[in-house]
Amino acid sequence: MEKYNIVIIGGGPAGLAAAASAYDAGERSILILERDVKLGGILNQCIHNGFGLHTFKEELTGPEYAQRYIDQVLERKIEYRLNTMVMDISPEKVVTAMNKSDGMFQIDAKSVILAMGCRERPRGALNTPGFRPAGIYSAGTAQRLVNIEGYMPGRKVVILGSGDIGLIMARRMTLEGAEVKVVAEIQPYSGGLKRNIVQCLDDYGIPLKLSHTVVDIQGKERVEGVTIAEVGPDMKPIPGTEIHYECDTLLLSVGLLPENELSKQAGVELSRVTSGPVVNESLETSVPGVFACGNVLHVHDLVDYVSEEAAAAGRNAAAFVRGELSGDTSGEIPITFEGGPRYTVPCTLDPKKMTDTLTVRFRVGAVMQDRWVNVFLDDERIVHRRRQIMAPGEMEEVVLKKSQFENHPDLKSILIKVEEA
Amino acid sequence: MYDVVIIGAGVTGSAIARYLSRYQVKACVLEMSEDVCTGTSKANSAIVHAGYDAENGSLMAKYNVEGSVMMPDLAKELDFDYDMCGSLVVCLSEDDRPALVKLYENGVKNGVKDLEIIERDRLLELEPNIADNAVAALWAPTGGIVCPFGLTIAFAENACENGVEFFFNEKVTEIQKTEGGFLVKTENNEYETKTVVNAAGVYSDVFHNEFASKKIHITPRKGEYLLLDHATYGYVTHTVFQLPGKYGKGVLVTPTVHKNTLVGPTATDIEDKEGVNTTQEGLQEVIDKSALALKNVPVRQVITSFAGLRAHEDSHEFVIGEIPEAPGFFDAAGIESPGLSSSPAIGLHVSDMVAEKLGLEKKADFKAERKGIIKAGDLSLEERNELIKKDPAYGQIICRCESVSEGEIIDAIRRPLGAKSLDGVKRRVRAGMGRCQAGFCSPRVMEILSRELDIPLSEITKSGGASKIIVGTVKDSL
Repeated sequence: MEKYNIVIIGGGPAGLAAAASAYDAGERSILILERDVKLGGILNQCIHNGFGLHTFKEELTGPEYAQRYIDQVLERKIEYRLNTMVMDISPEKVVTAMNKSDGMFQIDAKSVILAMGCRERPRGALNTPGFRPAGIYSAGTAQRLVNIEGYMPGRKVVILGSGDIGLIMARRMTLEGAEVKVVAEIQPYSGGLKRNIVQCLDDYGIPLKLSHTVVDIQGKERVEGVTIAEVGPDMKPIPGTEIHYECDTLLLSVGLLPENELSKQAGVELSRVTSGPVVNESLETSVPGVFACGNVLHVHDLVDYVSEEAAAAGRNAAAFVRGELSGDTSGEIPITFEGGPRYTVPCTLDPKKMTDTLTVRFRVGAVMQDRWVNVFLDDERIVHRRRQIMAPGEMEEVVLKKSQFENHPDLKSILIKVEEA
Repeated sequence: MYDVVIIGAGVTGSAIARYLSRYQVKACVLEMSEDVCTGTSKANSAIVHAGYDAENGSLMAKYNVEGSVMMPDLAKELDFDYDMCGSLVVCLSEDDRPALVKLYENGVKNGVKDLEIIERDRLLELEPNIADNAVAALWAPTGGIVCPFGLTIAFAENACENGVEFFFNEKVTEIQKTEGGFLVKTENNEYETKTVVNAAGVYSDVFHNEFASKKIHITPRKGEYLLLDHATYGYVTHTVFQLPGKYGKGVLVTPTVHKNTLVGPTATDIEDKEGVNTTQEGLQEVIDKSALALKNVPVRQVITSFAGLRAHEDSHEFVIGEIPEAPGFFDAAGIESPGLSSSPAIGLHVSDMVAEKLGLEKKADFKAERKGIIKAGDLSLEERNELIKKDPAYGQIICRCESVSEGEIIDAIRRPLGAKSLDGVKRRVRAGMGRCQAGFCSPRVMEILSRELDIPLSEITKSGGASKIIVGTVKDSL
């Protein structure tokens, strides 16, 4: 069996950044396994700009952003295998993978970094009634058809869901010559970034109908029309509010789901909220030596944060291989929250194991205006920050300093408390 | 001049074609869609009923029990997925027990083997998630589950290998009686034949009524279903029905041969013979009714919902045999549940009727066995590597969710009566059938279809006809 110190599952932005950072931490035995024909992951089809403002202080397209990290991996001569599907990860960290040239093979890994990303929620998961003709695509599938293959999936488009990919595709389809009639969102708020609402819908006069969903799809062979209706507070359609749109295409941007089938095989504990692994301050999962980063851990809003998180995972995996990451989990303190957050990443924190600064990220469950974000170590408030607006579509963060923990040798509780200002 | 023209390439028509191909015969199947198994046969409960339900003495009872008994050997012979997982009819109230006993007795009369009424404690052992008010159940160990696509395609491929011709996109518009038999007209062609077999599913009343004085009437009876994620596999390990009674009529909850959980169906009579749309009310009804006999059915983990149409004849009975006023015209009409279970028996007997009519001789070189598409996922590491060495395409995964390799997809396209569309590929090898519902793999499968069939990407369809996936190239309308 082949042996590597670190095997990284996925060569998208998370996997690439994790690899480069593990290398820079001194690790040399690294292998990236990527299922697609090239490195870069989903960024390859995200040809719009707006990537990298935080990391590189400039606006890059998705492929450009990916290339920066691909270059880092190439410069470091980190090994990778393309067109390679990982079939299984055992709790003992034996990775089983397959490709055309090597067949099915197994690798004994000291450490595994999960960086598989996420997938789109399909129509089926919504129980949307109607026919099942051609012309219904997840926004990402349409994005690939348009941006990579150069094909138009349709000409008259209705979009369900206001996730970022859906918003981006509303603009893209318009620019490519299609007519986007409406974006319907079942929630009373958008699931995407504010800047995407402005730049992708408002600038093109595309209406966004909040608290609306699709209640019927017409057309036996190809989509011929879509009916949307307003929903009440119970999320059920309100009779009499139906609006019919003649169209040949329905795009879905109704949520992203971390792809954790392999994590489950490895025995990794998953969060019911994020569907991603439960991790500690080192981004280590419940299986020692298995780390997670990027959208497989929790769905991010900006790729810059993916890169940052993945770099930490890479460093920590390298430390684990060197035996420097303590396996003692007795010092892990759960990070609790109230007043808005739905989850935090990481979920627990051991002050002894944390780096000088540690970013804790979370999302809120509803749009909230004018709030204080507080962090309490037992009774001491160490963060007190005012936020004008917080929305489910945007990730929030608080930065904790190791020094803040020095006064709390017997710390019992870490609480993130959001309250009205 | 054909000896036999079979109308419809669903499970019934394909089964008849397969058993007919045991004879020296010139036969063809005319199918209005682009592929086999696109109507009732593709959207149903995928159950092999043991045969206790159909009224004793009916054709439904006869063919169901016989078909169910044939199924295990047939699954080996034709290489399709089948599992005799057993079925339970759950009784939710002591008030309903007489009905349970009646069902048991009917099953025994029908000749169903090993039927048993079991009490709550035994029921709980078999299905731990059973409802608190369940008192007893009819236990039918010979009940089973089957891949409806696999079964239909296996019949059709085997028939094709044994010389039966299949013509697709051939919608029969008219059948004329001629001196020597019939002239079957489609939108594009005419077929002269000595005999006709009417296996046209929801349309079978149309053809029957052209010739028979005793008219039949088929109502498309819609059934809506939810298919749940692999993660729910094992929630139930047998097909769980609920005995209609005090708490109404439930829906079934069953594992599938592909390790999903299937919940449904509703039963709504409609007009449109192609009205396979799901409805909000129907899907809600499935969810509500699934909770009658079972606790915490994981309906939230739905990956897709769909609807199928039963070909319900007013008499609720199979209409099988030659029409007296039109010698040579054979019906296999009104084939609703338990039609899938009955299909081997219907195929066997209808083909024998036709053969007798025509005085056909058995074929010496009939190939009874058919080998299905290799399921690379079921192979050991060594076997898989052997396969990849021979054909590297088996090392390239295309559908991530169901782990389907390029090799399997290519086989699905190249074999006799191969796939021509995304749905055709999906029904044969499950690419796109998984939890992402073809989000990732459809562009890749389109490329493979385009390459293998040598047609441009723009001509690739979801399911034939006007169901094109793409409508042009970017900026072409600017």
